[in-house]
Amino acid sequence: MSEARVLVGTRKGAFVLTSNSNRARWTISGPHFAGWEIYHVKGSPVDPDRLYASQSSGWFGQMIQRSADGGQTWEPVGNQFTYDGVPGTHMWYDGTQHPWEFKRVWCLEPSLTDPETVYAGVEDAALFRSTDGGATWHELPGLRGHESGPTWQPGAGGMCLHTILLDPDDPDRIFIAISAAGAFRTDNGGQSWKPINRGLKSQYIPDPDAEVGHCVHRIAMHPSRPSVLFMQKHWDIMRSDDAGDSWHEVSGDLPTDFGFPIEVHAHEPETIFVVPIKSDSEHFPMDGKLRVYRSRTGGNHWEPLSNGLPQSDCYVNVLRNAMAVDQADPCGVYFGTTGGQVYASADSGDNWIAIVRDLPPVLSVEVQTLP
Amino acid sequence: MIRVVLPMHLRTIARIEGELLLSVEGPVTQRSVLDALESRHPELRGTIRDHVTLRRRAFVRFFACEQDLSLEAPDDPLPQSVASGVEPFLVVGAIVGG
Repeated sequence: MSEARVLVGTRKGAFVLTSNSNRARWTISGPHFAGWEIYHVKGSPVDPDRLYASQSSGWFGQMIQRSADGGQTWEPVGNQFTYDGVPGTHMWYDGTQHPWEFKRVWCLEPSLTDPETVYAGVEDAALFRSTDGGATWHELPGLRGHESGPTWQPGAGGMCLHTILLDPDDPDRIFIAISAAGAFRTDNGGQSWKPINRGLKSQYIPDPDAEVGHCVHRIAMHPSRPSVLFMQKHWDIMRSDDAGDSWHEVSGDLPTDFGFPIEVHAHEPETIFVVPIKSDSEHFPMDGKLRVYRSRTGGNHWEPLSNGLPQSDCYVNVLRNAMAVDQADPCGVYFGTTGGQVYASADSGDNWIAIVRDLPPVLSVEVQTLP
Repeated sequence: MIRVVLPMHLRTIARIEGELLLSVEGPVTQRSVLDALESRHPELRGTIRDHVTLRRRAFVRFFACEQDLSLEAPDDPLPQSVASGVEPFLVVGAIVGG
């Protein structure tokens, strides 16, 4: 039996939800940073009480907050994200070149080994790292400096680096994903990067199988098999068995393969979860029924999970960073909606309860399994 | 002393209640007041003006003496009544929906 701590970022603040030992009763603290957009809150794997939060505002810009006590108290740390050297330009919506401009931090990824080291994925797309607990930030410029950089374009949500996956077997290998440039990998600690989009087909770009330009919504891995990646693309669920060098589609029998999040079961590397959304122009579940789909075969064969989820008149969305799994056994699965609910399953998705309702729209969900 | 009033969100970050009193060396301008503010509260750097260019953020305004001073040059002197501490220098979040 394990307690879980769910870290929820919303449009108007952060919330920390803590369970009892069987994950049946929950206490809620928050809003922290009330009124601010909280794109992401995440804890250090090696010091669970060390949390980092991305706090932003259209008025006052970016803040990074750090907690040393599991989110009870916070302190602001460094918020200067300055691109390395001359920022250069990327493609704008009208086809002209547009200067790289920092807007916000979309995701924070604490190091697997050092609580003082944390990565930040930002809009306009770039990767930053802090090695002093967030006090100072430095860009890893090799990514933005990739030769394809000037061709990258924003998606409708902005040109954001939204996903960072650290390879637990190789500290020099990092995977990232950008909307709408695609997925990239470094094998030398961020000095140089290669696009890893071979096999993706996107009919909404002029060359459907271009090297870059794909709207990758989210990628996920199981830590025991870091070379096996799963992707929720704009449309299509994709799988790679060679660390992203090639991908094949595993949407299989899903009723729709548009969506945002994708997650891997904590103990079953072939079990994955997605939340199908009707279409790119109708960002809500099909038929007003909120359903998580689970594949126990690494894709292609999917089963709907709806027990405890609303099955009529439900028109919320689940955003790309708003799903997570805990490390308990059985595995807990969590996701938040744009309607402000956070749903939890303590049995790998078979049954769901809303552990909180009526929050502001949920931007991100992370979960920690506490000893 | 210069009286400075910050918007609620920035007071929360800086853990300030009510007005702030700042000592400013030399001419009292937007730049010297903000320099003094950020020196006292470095956690506010980047929230009112850009870290590098020091330009005012788009949705932050500066008011004093019932005037909008946002478009004045950063090194122009602030009104005498602000410099003398009679009137406060107001940092305001612009009215925007959402």
